[in-house]
Amino acid sequence: MNRIEHQKLLQHILIAGCLVISVILSSAALAKTADAAWSMATKPTKNDLAGGSPEIFSKAFHDCAASSQFQPTAAFADAAKPLPTGTKLKIGFIFVGSQQDLGYNQAAFNGSRYLEKIYSNVEILRAENIPENAEVQRVAEQMIGQGAKIIFATSFGYSGPIKQIVDKYPRVVFLHQGDLEAKANYGAYFGDIWQLQYSNGIAAGRMTKSNKLGFIGAFPIPQTLLNCNAFELGARSVNPKVQTTFVLTNNWADPAKQVTAINTMAGSGIDVVTYQQDSTRALVEAAERKKMYVCGYHEDGSPSAPNGWLTGAVWNWGPVYAELVGEIIKGTYRPCVMFAGLEAGWVKVARFGKSVPPDVRKSVLDTVERLRSGMIKPFTGPIKDQGGTVKIKDGVMPTSAQLQTIDWLMDGVIGRTK
Amino acid sequence: MNSLWLIILTGALTGAMGPGIPVLYATYGELLVERAGLINLGTEGSMLMGACFGFIATVETDNVAIGILAGSLAGALLSLIYAYLVIKRHTNQLATGFTLALFGAGITAYAGKGFVGSRIEGINPVAIPLLADIPLFGRAFFQQDILTYVAYIMGPLLWAFLHYTRPGLSLRAVGEQADIAFAGGRNPAAWQFGAIIAGGMLAGMGGAELSLGLTHCWIEGMTAGRGFIAVALVIFSMWSPLRAMVGAFLFGGAIGFQLQLQSIGAPISPFVLDMFPYVITLFVLTFWTGIALRAMPEGLKEVLKMNA
Repeated sequence: MNRIEHQKLLQHILIAGCLVISVILSSAALAKTADAAWSMATKPTKNDLAGGSPEIFSKAFHDCAASSQFQPTAAFADAAKPLPTGTKLKIGFIFVGSQQDLGYNQAAFNGSRYLEKIYSNVEILRAENIPENAEVQRVAEQMIGQGAKIIFATSFGYSGPIKQIVDKYPRVVFLHQGDLEAKANYGAYFGDIWQLQYSNGIAAGRMTKSNKLGFIGAFPIPQTLLNCNAFELGARSVNPKVQTTFVLTNNWADPAKQVTAINTMAGSGIDVVTYQQDSTRALVEAAERKKMYVCGYHEDGSPSAPNGWLTGAVWNWGPVYAELVGEIIKGTYRPCVMFAGLEAGWVKVARFGKSVPPDVRKSVLDTVERLRSGMIKPFTGPIKDQGGTVKIKDGVMPTSAQLQTIDWLMDGVIGRTK
Repeated sequence: MNSLWLIILTGALTGAMGPGIPVLYATYGELLVERAGLINLGTEGSMLMGACFGFIATVETDNVAIGILAGSLAGALLSLIYAYLVIKRHTNQLATGFTLALFGAGITAYAGKGFVGSRIEGINPVAIPLLADIPLFGRAFFQQDILTYVAYIMGPLLWAFLHYTRPGLSLRAVGEQADIAFAGGRNPAAWQFGAIIAGGMLAGMGGAELSLGLTHCWIEGMTAGRGFIAVALVIFSMWSPLRAMVGAFLFGGAIGFQLQLQSIGAPISPFVLDMFPYVITLFVLTFWTGIALRAMPEGLKEVLKMNA
């Protein structure tokens, strides 16, 4: 190494040293102001939670942290450390579909927009249309490379690939939408949206003329089976004769197949459909063309089906994401598996379509309120599966986490799970 | 029991036409290309181009006719790249086609991003008087959109074109023995070029039917591999447009059929049912290959290095 290079090296070390010192100093000075900025994120009101209780909302996070066996984020997460001056906290969001799919991804995307609105010093990195394979690892790692400290993996199928990389980045917090397992820096959360598939069922059971309902699923995952069972339970509570036909498309967003499923269902006399698909516009519009009623899922699709739209199950991710991020920053978040529903305002009921008469609206809204207050618990046993085996014993009320492991369809549902 | 089968059959038939038609257009297109002695795996890309740009044009102009036109031009544009690379630059046909399929997926995902949520009126079904009243088949076949009727007519027309017209003969001659066609005063490169562009246009129309007719929406990758199925269907059809129609309906029918079977709770796994269309294609490829090979244009054997 010659003299000049030596000098250069010294110079670099000096500059780097100065930088480090200034960062430490400024962050120490900023620690207070940064905290102040975060606390600006106010607790959600009852209005933000679409009628859910702010107390129960907070309690859900509290209970989950208390039940966690892992360290709070203060102990490991970069996100819980004060931000250097002039920088923003980067949060990565990975979506399996498009932000305008009128479905699952649009709902999650809206949640990420809410974060930007609530926190001034947050920068969101987004990646859409990322398949549920090793590709999601690459995207997550790229986001971490760009400085993301929190990663929201918002699709069910991301859990496997993401869990393979979480150990590699122990200071990053990963959040997964729908997993049933937590790790040291990997937490999961999901809404009890099945509650609203139950109230969808009420509307469907009241409105059907043929007593034939349809459910178009993508894959036979527990979420989907749970939703279908809830729909049938709700419908049957008001109309004992209804049967729900369950069909799978084996794809989260193949509009051609969705439309074909609608056409075949219409052909066999089914007059009310609901679904669990990521992209829903084609399906809702096709049902409208076939003059069927639609009970929606994920997002409010009433503009796409002015005549056929009845009601729907809609996510309210914004406050949930905001609270998760807030807890992580405060250092109090402990990775856990969370479930909450109407009572905490994680999910909400969509607008009614114009075909829904007042008495049906009232009975749907009453059901929503009774579900919210816990007055009715639809999955109270005895509930039998298609084969007649009792799956939930008499008087038993499964917890949200237990419901998320359902791998059977109840009696009254036509169709197969595997 | 009888009425049950009737429900299944009508359901399958009604369901068959919808997803079958986009594939049928792509199959027609690929058939022309293969008759000219080339194989274009980029059909999938051309379909996506047609679906995407057809949709964009319809949103922008509110006119489905312009949408269909834009879709077929977009499909042709992608195949233009293929034509240039394969004919002028002599690249490997399979690799070029496959690359273009991926390229088409990428470019449409990018271009269509802002249009995923858009709504269109779309192409709506028109019932043909009298014919639509035929029991069972009437509703399935004659209560469809205009592109479907065009597809019905196009099959026999293409068949007549290939077998009974001089240009059709020239195209086939180029596909069989390019050297001899050349000696006969035909420019093989020009004929192949024309076939590729026409093929791209047809695939683009198939894509436009998918986004404008069947689903009224655009979403990334909405063809879901149907362009590749078209390539397989050409072999299934043994390079005949008439048999291509049967193939496309079988394929479409298999989708409708499996959804119908699922919805009556047939004791077959939906996953197995979902394999139906592909199993049918594989079955044909396996057991008809001997016969199919005899019908294969000589020029293609060069590409696929197959000896019958």
